[in-house]
This record gives sequence, C-alpha cells and structure tokens, in this order.
Amino acid sequence: MDFDLMITSFPKLLNATLVTLKLLSLSLVFGLFIGLFFAVLRLRKNIFLNKFAYGYSYVFRGTPLLVQIFIIYFGLGQIEYLRTTILWVVLKEPYWCAIIAFALNTGAYTSEILRSAFQTIKPGFIEAGKSLGISNKIIFYKIQIPIAIRQSLPAYGNEIILMMKGTSLASTVTLLDLTGVAKYIISTTFKPVEVFIVAGGIYLFMTFIIHNLIKYLEKRFGYQ
Amino acid sequence: MIKLKKFGLGLLISLFLSFTANAGSIKIGTEGAYPPWNSKDASGALIGFEVELAEELCKIMGHDCTIVEQDWDGMIPALVGRKFDAIMAGMSITAERKKTINFSDGYADEVASLAVMKGSKNEGLKTMSAINLSEISADEQATLDVLTKAFKGKTIGVQTATIHQNFLESGLMGKVTVRTYKTQDEVNLDLEAGRIDAALAAAVAFTDYAEKSGKAVVLTGPTFAGGDFGNGVGVGIRKSDQKLLNDFNRAIDKARDEGIISKLAIKWFGFDASM
Repeated sequence: MDFDLMITSFPKLLNATLVTLKLLSLSLVFGLFIGLFFAVLRLRKNIFLNKFAYGYSYVFRGTPLLVQIFIIYFGLGQIEYLRTTILWVVLKEPYWCAIIAFALNTGAYTSEILRSAFQTIKPGFIEAGKSLGISNKIIFYKIQIPIAIRQSLPAYGNEIILMMKGTSLASTVTLLDLTGVAKYIISTTFKPVEVFIVAGGIYLFMTFIIHNLIKYLEKRFGYQ
Repeated sequence: MIKLKKFGLGLLISLFLSFTANAGSIKIGTEGAYPPWNSKDASGALIGFEVELAEELCKIMGHDCTIVEQDWDGMIPALVGRKFDAIMAGMSITAERKKTINFSDGYADEVASLAVMKGSKNEGLKTMSAINLSEISADEQATLDVLTKAFKGKTIGVQTATIHQNFLESGLMGKVTVRTYKTQDEVNLDLEAGRIDAALAAAVAFTDYAEKSGKAVVLTGPTFAGGDFGNGVGVGIRKSDQKLLNDFNRAIDKARDEGIISKLAIKWFGFDASM
C-alpha cells in the first residue's frame, strides 16, 4: 500500500469533488423541475398527457444511465444536421451533455416519487381547503406541494444519494470529476487500489452529509 | 453437514486440479480496440496484428495461450494484479511504464501523428515530415514551434494513459487543452463531431479509421518518434516473471529471424512495421 500516493492524491481528488458537486447540484435542480412537471402531468385526467409522462418515466427509469449519457453525448454528436443548429452550442460540451442526461434521469425518478406523494395526500386536507373557499391553484401550491415534498423526503434523499454516485459516469465523457481525476492519477501511477480507496472515501463522506441533512429535514418538517 | 464438507473438499480438489492443469499455459491481455494492432471482427472475436503474432510466439515458446480482453486504462494494473501474464496491446516501451513492469524487446514500431478533419485550418501544416524527439535539432524545434503556434489554445483528444497524452502534457507543443478518452474509437468520434480540434495517436489508427469509416480524417504536421513516444512496442510482463520475459525475447528473436513478424506486419499495417 502506497500511503504517500494516497496523501498526495487527496488534494487533487478533493478539487475534483467540486466538479462532482456542481454536476450533482445542477442536475438535481433541473431534475426537480422536470420531476415536478411530469408528476403533475401524471395526475391529469387527459389520457394523452398522462401517457406521455408515463412513457418518459418508463424510458428513463428502464435504461441504464450510462447508455443515456452515451446516446446524448456520442449518439447526438453523430447527427450532422444537429451540429449546424444552435443546440450544438450546448451539446458540444461534455459538461452539459452530462447534466442533460443526469437531469432527465433523476427527473424521471423524481416524478415517480412526487406522484406517489401527491396520491397519498389525505383527501381531507384538500377538502378542508375547499371548504374554506381557497382556490384550486392556492390549494395546489400551499397545501399539496408542501405536503408532497414532506412525504417524499425519505425517498428523495435516496435519489440524491443515487444521483451523487451516478455522477461518476461523467468521467466516461471526458469530464474530470472525482472519478475522472482518480482514473487520471491511476493512468500515470498504475495504482488503482490506493487512489480508488481515497475517492471512495470521499464519496462515502458525501453520502454521510446528504443522509444526515435529509434526516434533519425530515425531523424539522415532521408532523404527526 | 458431512455431505457439505465432502462437497467443499471436492470443490477444493477440482479447483486445485484446474490450477495445475493450467500450469503450462499463459494468458495474454489485449485491448481489442486499437486497429490494426488489435481489434474485434463483427462476431466479436479478437483479430489483428498482435493477436496473430501472439499465436505465433506461443507456438514457438510451446505455451498454451489464451488471449483475453482488457480495457486499456486498466491494462497495467490488471497485469500486476495477475489477471493475465503478458500484455500485447500496442503498448510502447517507455521509462514511465518500466517503473512498474518489464518489457520484452520491441517487436514493432510505428509513428504517431496529429489528425484533423478535412477543411480544418490546420490541415497540411508546413512542417518537417518526421521528427524524432530523442535529440531535438534546430529544424525539429522549428517544427515544434509551428505546431505550438497552430494549436495554441486548441483542444486535442487522446486516448487516456498513452504516450500521446504524455507528449501533449510535456509542453513541447505549448499549451493545449488535452481531452482524454477511454478508447481510440471515442477519440475518432469526437474528432469527427468537431468537439475536439485535433487528435493525436498512432498514424495508422487514423488512416485505418478514415479508410473503414469513409470519414474525412486527415493527418497533419510531422510524424513523431522518440522521447515521450518510447522505443517501439513490446510485450509487457510482470517484474517477477524473469523466465517468461526470457522466453518471449527468444521467441521474438526467432520470429524476427524467420520473417514472421515482417509478414504479419505487412498483412495488417500495409507496410513493414516490424523491428
């Protein structure tokens, strides 16, 4: 075991963790909006909108994240027409390709989490709002959404942790995130065990933080 | 319980037997994604110069060989970790790699080259046709200066953990953004897509790709050898396996003398890349 290598690679890996965190936070923000949008579609009676939202979540939950990244990065890059459009400004960059893939993926899971949360809201809450003459819009924003978020916290916490680990796939499209830099260091030192132990430790620490944050939020917003 | 013990013992014995049965055989690791050195045919079987050369060398050594696939970026760790006993994967002999593993004598050599898409500003650069970085002459320095100017601030793609990556990071070509890929295929795809301005790899890797894909990939600038580009391609072997190293060296000698290496090189490269 090369402890010197573990110590010297630690600051480099820590630096790369910033890239991982950026990828994670941007994907989660976009993913939350996408998820909310599709969760609401799923609750609609309109069969077309409903099936469309269902199809989206089915496709993105039913295929590996790695395949999704490859299709968006290498696949779309092969379409010559696309390269002449404005879309290419975004798709040219591996960074945005990764974020698009992550956001669409986590969006699909988030939509399912939120949908089930919406559906478990006791009708009494909504009826209470209606009996007070509150408009449907206000009921949705002030009653349904806050309760749904509270209900979905444990499941969503898991999704954040899964997504955090998922960002390691960004290294497959040339990004130097935590895994990317770990692989880079290994490519010159040929010592995978040491470097991956340090990288794994950093991932574990991030999980620890996220886990406890969610636990705190659950307690803070808990109700009986 | 007794049955279980018997089963366990049987398992141990069969394991032991399978190990001893393999005593005379060696495993050779290759990438299968770097034509014409090594690649795969449509059915997924390994083919290429090194696959056929490995068979010939094993015949000479009298070893029973299996060729196994391994991703390039894990090649040396896999050898050290005893996943296989030798590397034949277009791996150049470099000082950096020699710190970790041994190399046999070189069996083939090739030059590296930059490639761009047809129509690029850097197509047909006016430079020497070949430079050797072992000792850089004034003319060679002038060529490096031309390259430095032409590729200033550009993004160049390479396969990760290669001599090509080492060269770009050495600064001899000035400050370029290096983007590293897991396989050469991915480098080619992104070169064609225009995500990178140029790519650096074995010249044959580009000509082979251009020929098979019909894409307008063209070589530009000089061909590179020496220095960071190493001293030919050899068989990588664990430092502890001195005997296997000697076996390979003798076999390579014999194959060279009998013209086997030249013949295979001409078949796969279209020219005699043997050494």
